[in-house]
Amino acid sequence: MTATERLTRYFVWFIAAFTVVFLMTPLIVTVAVSFGSSTVFTLPPPDWSLRWYQRLAGMRGLMPALVVSVQIAAISTAIAMALGTLCAIALVRGRFPGREAISTFLISPLMLPGLVIGIAMLQGFKALGLRDVYASLFVAHVVITLPYVVRTVVGALSLFDFALIDAARTLGCNYPMALMRVLVPALAPAFLTSGMFAFLASMDNYPISIFFTDAWTKTLPIQMLQYVEETPDPTIAAISAGLVVLAIIVLIIGDRLVGLRKLADF
Amino acid sequence: MTAPAVHTTAPSPWRDPVILLALPAVIYLLVVYAYPLLWLLMKSFIGPAGPTLQPYISFMSDPFNWRVVGNTLRVAAWVTLFCFLIGYPAAFALARAGALVQIVMLVSIILPLSIGAVVKAFAWQIVLRRDGVVSQLLVGLGVWDDPQRLLFTETGLVLGAANIFLPFMILPIYSVVKLIDPRLSEAGATLGATPFYSFAHVTLPLTLPGIVSGVAFVFSMSVSMFVIPSLLIGDRFQTLATLTGRSFLLMRNEQLGSTTAVILLTLAVAIVVGSTWLARRLGGST
Repeated sequence: MTATERLTRYFVWFIAAFTVVFLMTPLIVTVAVSFGSSTVFTLPPPDWSLRWYQRLAGMRGLMPALVVSVQIAAISTAIAMALGTLCAIALVRGRFPGREAISTFLISPLMLPGLVIGIAMLQGFKALGLRDVYASLFVAHVVITLPYVVRTVVGALSLFDFALIDAARTLGCNYPMALMRVLVPALAPAFLTSGMFAFLASMDNYPISIFFTDAWTKTLPIQMLQYVEETPDPTIAAISAGLVVLAIIVLIIGDRLVGLRKLADF
Repeated sequence: MTAPAVHTTAPSPWRDPVILLALPAVIYLLVVYAYPLLWLLMKSFIGPAGPTLQPYISFMSDPFNWRVVGNTLRVAAWVTLFCFLIGYPAAFALARAGALVQIVMLVSIILPLSIGAVVKAFAWQIVLRRDGVVSQLLVGLGVWDDPQRLLFTETGLVLGAANIFLPFMILPIYSVVKLIDPRLSEAGATLGATPFYSFAHVTLPLTLPGIVSGVAFVFSMSVSMFVIPSLLIGDRFQTLATLTGRSFLLMRNEQLGSTTAVILLTLAVAIVVGSTWLARRLGGST
């Protein structure tokens, strides 16, 4: 190995180590602060304590916001999975022109600024006569979750060999049975994983939700930002730590279902 | 497995009507997403007395707005550069690493992706304080003599945003790097190429499509970020996105907000379309 190569190798490993530390910093800091006793975010904390977690119960508006977020995320994900899966089947199995354009269109909400989508929807919903906060949030969040479902299910379906369904029918299954026994188990992992990440995307959304919440109905990120602006103390870190745990659980399940490398596919 | 299955039997019963399955999702998005966006676009060109460019002309005649555009593009450029300098070698490390290191890297890339911007920006508020981790580290290394506050500075904003967007640089580049056979540069070396020559003539061209999409992702997200600047730099520093948000949420100036929103939208669409075209061209030529 030449000197240049060795130097390059050291450099690459240094960058790799830096990347891991750099990317994990915000998560580790949040969790560390949430278990510290200091009110002013001192790191490392002078003493460990659970006081910020005890204060969570008394946080005004936290539980309602959490409930709103979970409801919106769960229902909008369910709707997106139904719409998205049907559409993915059409995109993969159909032989009609413009499939590429349709799939770009369905994934485009991920690529455009959330804030602009939010503003457009705010005005569009007003024009359509939709004023209810809950309903607006549901309708908007389906747009946020749909791209995740379409992207993953299209990916999984295009790897699926549809001849297997014909094979199952030859072996005596009727058509719905063949779908249930062959297609559903083959797609389930990708399906569940896309659902989980769509759920997280909805739970975490700020720039679109901000236009549809009011004083009484807030989603979790919006309530959190309000805490950050009004009373910045480590209680927010305790809420964040909860969201970090949720993300870790989703990641572990995702890894079991489809594998870490698959999750990194872009 | 990926080869198209040849159907020798009668055509599948849902061959043509299958397009109907796409309709619910497409109609849904047309009504609640595409129509509002087009309406926003249209409305910004229509004044009380017919078609007009007035909002854009008055936007551009205000020097403050030019500073806002400058802020937006400058911060986005720094964030993109920072992400590229770290993300490019990191993608190689990820592709070439052994199983254990690869898992550690993948977790540290994917986990932050599943956590919201509010949580991470809040964490960076703590990291960038005068007694925060970065300040302690730089004083410890002897780079700084005294602890300094990076929060509410442009450097702090770039650092925090780069941290949040870095995965979007690493993953697209990783997806092309993992397809490159490491023996290619060995073959180059056997044929007498210096490491630099084989990097410039073999590796770099092969990774260009990944670079293009990573740069496009990070740049367009940096241009349109809203929560991160609100928390890390505050109101005195305005970007197109924060100005858009403020116009609607605080100033109730829908005219200005719609104008900046359309400019942002145009910028984002231009980046997506341009990078897709470029990536396809580069992908086709190699």
